[in-house]
Amino acid sequence: MGRITLNNVGKSFGAVEVIPPLDLTIEDGEFVVFVGPSGCGKSTLLRLIAGLEDVSGGQIRIDGADATGLPPARRGLAMVFQSYALYPHMSVRKNIAFPLRMAGMDKAEQDRRVAEAARVLNLTDYLDRRPGQLSGGQRQRVAIGRAIVREPAAFLFDEPLSNLDAALRVGMRLEISELHERLKTTMVYVTHDQVEAMTMADKIVVLNAGRIEQVGSPLDLYRRPRNVFVAGFIGSPRMNLITGPEAARHGAHTIGIRPEHIRVSDDETCIWKGEVGVSEHLGSDTYFHIHMAGRDEPLTVRAGGDVDLYHGDTICLKPDEAHIHRFDEKGHRIE
Amino acid sequence: MARATAPARKALTTAIAGTLAFVMFFPILWIVVLSFKSEVDAIRAPLQVLSSGWTLDSYGAVQERSDYFKHFWNSVIISLGSTFLGLLVAIPAAWAMAFVPGKQTRNVLMWMLSTKMLPPVGVLVPIYLLFINFGLLDTRIGLVVVLMLINLPIIIWMLYTYFREIPGEILEAARMDGASLREEVLYVLTPMALPGIASTILLNVILAWNEAFWTLNLTASRAAPLTAFIASYSSPEGLFYAKLSAASVMAIAPILIMGWFSQKQLVRGLTFGAVK
Amino acid sequence: MATKASRAAARLMISPAVLLLLGWMIVPLSLTVYFSFLRYNLLMPGDNPFVGWENYQWFVTDTSFTAAMVNTLLLVGGVLLITVLGGILFALLLDQPMWGQGVIRIMVIAPFFVMPTVSGLVWKNMFMNPVNGIFGHIAQGLGMAPIDFFSQVPLLSIIGIVSWQWLPFATLILLTALQSLDQEQLEAAEMDGASWPARFWFIMLPHLARAITVVILIQTIFLLSVFAEILVTTNGGPGTATTNLTYLIYVSSLLQYDVGMGSAGGVIAIILANIVAIFLMRMIGKNLDA
Repeated sequence: MGRITLNNVGKSFGAVEVIPPLDLTIEDGEFVVFVGPSGCGKSTLLRLIAGLEDVSGGQIRIDGADATGLPPARRGLAMVFQSYALYPHMSVRKNIAFPLRMAGMDKAEQDRRVAEAARVLNLTDYLDRRPGQLSGGQRQRVAIGRAIVREPAAFLFDEPLSNLDAALRVGMRLEISELHERLKTTMVYVTHDQVEAMTMADKIVVLNAGRIEQVGSPLDLYRRPRNVFVAGFIGSPRMNLITGPEAARHGAHTIGIRPEHIRVSDDETCIWKGEVGVSEHLGSDTYFHIHMAGRDEPLTVRAGGDVDLYHGDTICLKPDEAHIHRFDEKGHRIE
Repeated sequence: MARATAPARKALTTAIAGTLAFVMFFPILWIVVLSFKSEVDAIRAPLQVLSSGWTLDSYGAVQERSDYFKHFWNSVIISLGSTFLGLLVAIPAAWAMAFVPGKQTRNVLMWMLSTKMLPPVGVLVPIYLLFINFGLLDTRIGLVVVLMLINLPIIIWMLYTYFREIPGEILEAARMDGASLREEVLYVLTPMALPGIASTILLNVILAWNEAFWTLNLTASRAAPLTAFIASYSSPEGLFYAKLSAASVMAIAPILIMGWFSQKQLVRGLTFGAVK
Repeated sequence: MATKASRAAARLMISPAVLLLLGWMIVPLSLTVYFSFLRYNLLMPGDNPFVGWENYQWFVTDTSFTAAMVNTLLLVGGVLLITVLGGILFALLLDQPMWGQGVIRIMVIAPFFVMPTVSGLVWKNMFMNPVNGIFGHIAQGLGMAPIDFFSQVPLLSIIGIVSWQWLPFATLILLTALQSLDQEQLEAAEMDGASWPARFWFIMLPHLARAITVVILIQTIFLLSVFAEILVTTNGGPGTATTNLTYLIYVSSLLQYDVGMGSAGGVIAIILANIVAIFLMRMIGKNLDA
């Protein structure tokens, strides 16, 4: 079991309110990702759930019981830290066994659980090494191993992949997702990388300046961003946001259109016309950064890999009207 | 980037630096030489000294005449005692400041350092009178306490800088893993900080061993450590070069060896982290 | 890591250290201030009347006070000059590639670990003694009259001994600072066409400025308290030629048993040291982003 409920939970450091009071429910077995730009309060929120920080107000319930005042160890949660936080003076085996040793579990059971975790995480050959002798990915797995042996009510991940290189990150992403499929345990995962959020989450919580901007499934957020912030944050490359007469034509203050929803037209019927600035040919896709009259920022367009246009070429564009998002002056979505 | 240096230039730098280093080191080298000479040979001209015979007599004479080992033990007890007593007080304090910093932490730390800036002579009179009153004059325990107090800010400061290098996340991980405060300090912090603690001990033993204001003013003979013992050689009637040399070599040798291992810690400990 | 429970534990763990240092600071300090206003001599038993600023007046107007202040300034200033300049040169030299760097470095640093009484006596007897010292032997060998260091240039001799002890310290700190200079910065400057003197002046020296300040401040704190070297060599003489403030206070309190006068001197020494300490603390504080 691992249902976590936050009621009116807030956090201030002195006079600075980092997280204004908020409500959030994390269902049992769910993979929830907190995502937002750095400094948005996502890690603080995770630490409040972990019990590493006191809440300034509100209540945290874990499986129905009030956990607000409990010390971290008694909340039944396990955490994987950004720096892995492995104990450098202990072998992998001792690292993984540490929480069990602290809980006073008997040695045989400790060994059994460590062996099982090591098997699952492919660490069996490394059990007697020190963390310093392992690669980044292996250290990450040890940190996860230390978390899973406790059989916690929920796992908390604090930007666990940000110290890995790009290739490893993709691999570990899959491993964590697989782990979730197998264990079916609640996972709360903090990241600033919206790709991680999109690929792993059952439910994404977008945070900005301590406030929850939107909660929903990845495709919900992609298809129906509730405001300009979410629209700009989710999706890569970023959604193009256009204000001025073009927006007014659609009856909005701001309109947004994703790069993949603008087509390069082959005939001369232009809706938008511009000049190619930078073109990035990836083979499979081509990204164009297009300069248009009356716009400071270039418009990003994603086209097929076979479009042969280069810097300085004139380009004709057709936005897909069905995929234009409209927002009012306050940035809220207009249905 | 290691750049290849022309051997000729490297040889020249080596020669210059070697000469200067030899000049700096020469006084120490010279007393080592004199300590193995007879009193008659020790006061000859340098070249005659070198060509004269070698002997171990002076070392035996120092022990016989002035009970060297008593003073050696006083030095050992005073420097080790004050260092370990200091650690006992400093480890919890450094833990608190490094891992639970509050608004006042910085001020407390600065204030602790400021006590080190107090010139000893400013409190010589009251300490001397207090020592007389409590019967602490010329006792080892009195010196252990005073040296502990004067070095406590350095011990706390060094431990603090070492503790701060340990990522807080690791202690938080221990806390998440169910470790109590005692277990956290015992199983995670202390083993990780062991090299830092060892360096702290090293530097403070050196400082206490060489301390020569309080040890000279608060001891007579019973508790006198080597600093005071050597000072007794300053009277002209007791002046014998070979014996003075032998006594000096024995007084500085242990600390010289420790000092060579503690160059880095010395910088950290004596600049309070202002130079890295 | 800031929960109420951990903050309470932290307060408990820091209190022994705070209480000890508070006691160490307040008790003797207030006694010194208190004594400084009394006529209190251990040789003259009886009551110790309150005499106001009399001790300060006597202490400050005494000719040996002026001498001691001048000597203290000369001693501190002279040693600082020698050690900082010498330290920069040594640091630059030791930073160059050479054979046996480790051994050379150790030899340069060694004097710092020699206890003050030993270095005082060794220099006084084995080197500066006009008859049996090495300098005397050399002078005789060259057919010159040997210099009697402690009667002809007493203060300069003390400055020399103390500099020998502290030059390693300055070298070590400055070398550490120099080695933390990013080599790429120097290479970039070289690419930009800066000659060695230009690189030293515009890049190395500014980089060292902070370390130099630290060396000056810390050494000043210690140099104001030079004591053992004077005690074993000149006993402050001839006359008051090598009496510094520390030694003067020692003489009045422990040799003349004048508690009141010694305490007044102590207060003055504390004020002097604090002027330096304020600057030092500010530097350390800047570096401390706790």
